[in-house]
Amino acid sequence: MAKGVWIVAEQRYGAYRKISFELASTARKLANQLGEEVCAILLGSGIEGIAGELGKYGVDKVYVADQPVLEPYTTDAHAAAVAKVVKENDPSILLLGASTQGKDLSARLVGKLATGMATDCVDLQIVDGKLSARRPMYAGKCYGEIMVSSFPQMASLRPNVFPAAENSKAAEVIKFDPGVDAGQLKTKVLEIQKDTSGKLDLTEANIIISGGRGMKGPENYVLLEELADMLGATVGASRAAVDAGWRPQKDQVGQTGKVVSPNLYIACGISGAIQHLAGMGSSKYIVAINKDPDAPIFARADYGIVDDLFKIVPELTKEVKKLLA
Amino acid sequence: MNVVACVKQVPDTETLIKVKPDGSGIDETGIKWVMNPYDEFGVEEALRLKEKLGGDVTIVSLGPARALETIRTALAMGADKGIHINDPALEGTDAFTVATALAAAIKNIPYDIIFCGQRAIDDDSGQVGAVLAELLGIPQVTVVTKVEVDGKTTKVIRPIEGAQLLIESSLPCVVTAQKGLNEPRYASLPGIMKAKKKPVDVKDAAGLGVTIDVKAKVVKTLPPPARPPGKIICGEEPAEKAKELARLLREEAKVI
Ligand SMILES: Cc1cc2nc3c(=O)[nH]c(=O)nc-3n(C[C@H](O)[C@H](O)[C@H](O)COP(=O)(O)OP(=O)(O)OC[C@H]3O[C@@H](n4cnc5c(N)ncnc54)[C@H](O)[C@@H]3O)c2cc1C
Repeated sequence: MAKGVWIVAEQRYGAYRKISFELASTARKLANQLGEEVCAILLGSGIEGIAGELGKYGVDKVYVADQPVLEPYTTDAHAAAVAKVVKENDPSILLLGASTQGKDLSARLVGKLATGMATDCVDLQIVDGKLSARRPMYAGKCYGEIMVSSFPQMASLRPNVFPAAENSKAAEVIKFDPGVDAGQLKTKVLEIQKDTSGKLDLTEANIIISGGRGMKGPENYVLLEELADMLGATVGASRAAVDAGWRPQKDQVGQTGKVVSPNLYIACGISGAIQHLAGMGSSKYIVAINKDPDAPIFARADYGIVDDLFKIVPELTKEVKKLLA
Repeated sequence: MNVVACVKQVPDTETLIKVKPDGSGIDETGIKWVMNPYDEFGVEEALRLKEKLGGDVTIVSLGPARALETIRTALAMGADKGIHINDPALEGTDAFTVATALAAAIKNIPYDIIFCGQRAIDDDSGQVGAVLAELLGIPQVTVVTKVEVDGKTTKVIRPIEGAQLLIESSLPCVVTAQKGLNEPRYASLPGIMKAKKKPVDVKDAAGLGVTIDVKAKVVKTLPPPARPPGKIICGEEPAEKAKELARLLREEAKVI
């Protein structure tokens, strides 16, 4: 019978991504309810040394495949390796991150393992011994509760939503052969162009400051950048700002952009169109700065200021500076 | 170059989604149905490849009778023919089942590259493209903003957190389209006229030899959690309002 709560940990350049700890802690909680073990799969090259760290977050066993063919990530290599070790061990639950890599890998695994998955979950529970997953649908306009009737029951976890709680264990590290032959891979990463801004991606940021058409032009985003630097925040944008060419595509928040769940989302000069709200509506705290008191963004905001953003934002930056001094 | 583009009909992004009182799904009355925006990028890219390299573009869609409008839209944009998988037993199933039906329809036609949207904006699952690739035994490159095809391979750009990847894949492969890939064209009037005469093959699960074995189920649909009412911060001067906001964020919300 399928047994055990498994996760696929995610590392980049030899360091864990935060989602790995969120996965481990969540798996620990579920496994405690089931009275089962937590196992992690870690893939890469030169990463065996970090395997044990997952014990800190409640993992009992780490299955490690450490080979050059697994670095950098490619779907074919990683999906083959995960499928192999999963089939050998028959877990009841398999969790991945709903990060770019996790989404790519988990969807392929649905095919390889012929199972079902709830994508981008925000809550997981055990109900009658089975996984019950809650996830936003229609970009957060409603939610669905998903049950998977095949094994492993798969779910991907939205980054930044599940707490990463320490729960110290001495994890056992088990090496395995991923059975991947470099000659058979059909995809290859030719180049990694790193973003040198040093900013967190919108999907990983704790604080996001977004500007819309009300910013009036690309040159004014420096106002948001200044505040963002102070708060360690990432700057986002509405589609209007992206389509105007003021901000790059990767900055777009919304139904056809990124879906984000930061602790704090500050919308400046954004009206709050339904497609925008869909992308940021599940943020913990929402602030709207808009000169139009009837802008729909205010209906979703925890704190609103009806005023000219060009007057408010610089003052806010000053106040924050004082508070953080 | 034979290209397949998979399309799904979804509620327009403007739609206010209403959950049925018994939680069994959403209330579909009054919904305006459109082509999934990410699929539009796939169709446009398929047409561009055809214009450059010749060949055929086939549109494949799984959906009820109304999904035919979406296939016609893609044909009006310039695609050559359509396959409409229409079977009530396949509706509201899961990614694995849908991809199984798509794979069954596609495996009998020639293809060099298959486009899907990176996700459909209704269920937001983002699984079908990858499962389809697995079932056809071909590679996938997902969430892609640029595609170049030469001979036997394709080079694509895939943005990830904090970086962009340049990935090479052998053909055939599945590419899932992200916003930024292109600007989809509108159907022209002559295009719309011509589309009416283009062939659309209708299939059901039995005709495709697909047995339905649903693995994931939405057991309940719920409205989003209610948010407590917000506060409008009042004050005479911008400085005063900004100060109060900073204080609330620090002391009440404790987020800065
Ligand atoms: C298929 C489809 C998908 C879409 N997907 C997305 C998506 O993913 N994300 C997205 O954001 N949009 C999306 N949209 C677009 C969406 O419908 C809106 O057009 C867009 O969000 C509007 O952006 P905005 O709020 O910046 O601009 P506007 O709606 O023009 O609002 C600008 C706001 O700025 C305020 N303002 C102006 N000057 C000032 C000032 N000096 N101080 C303070 N406030 C000021 C105004 O009062 C106004 O409320 C989509 C649309 C479609 C059709």
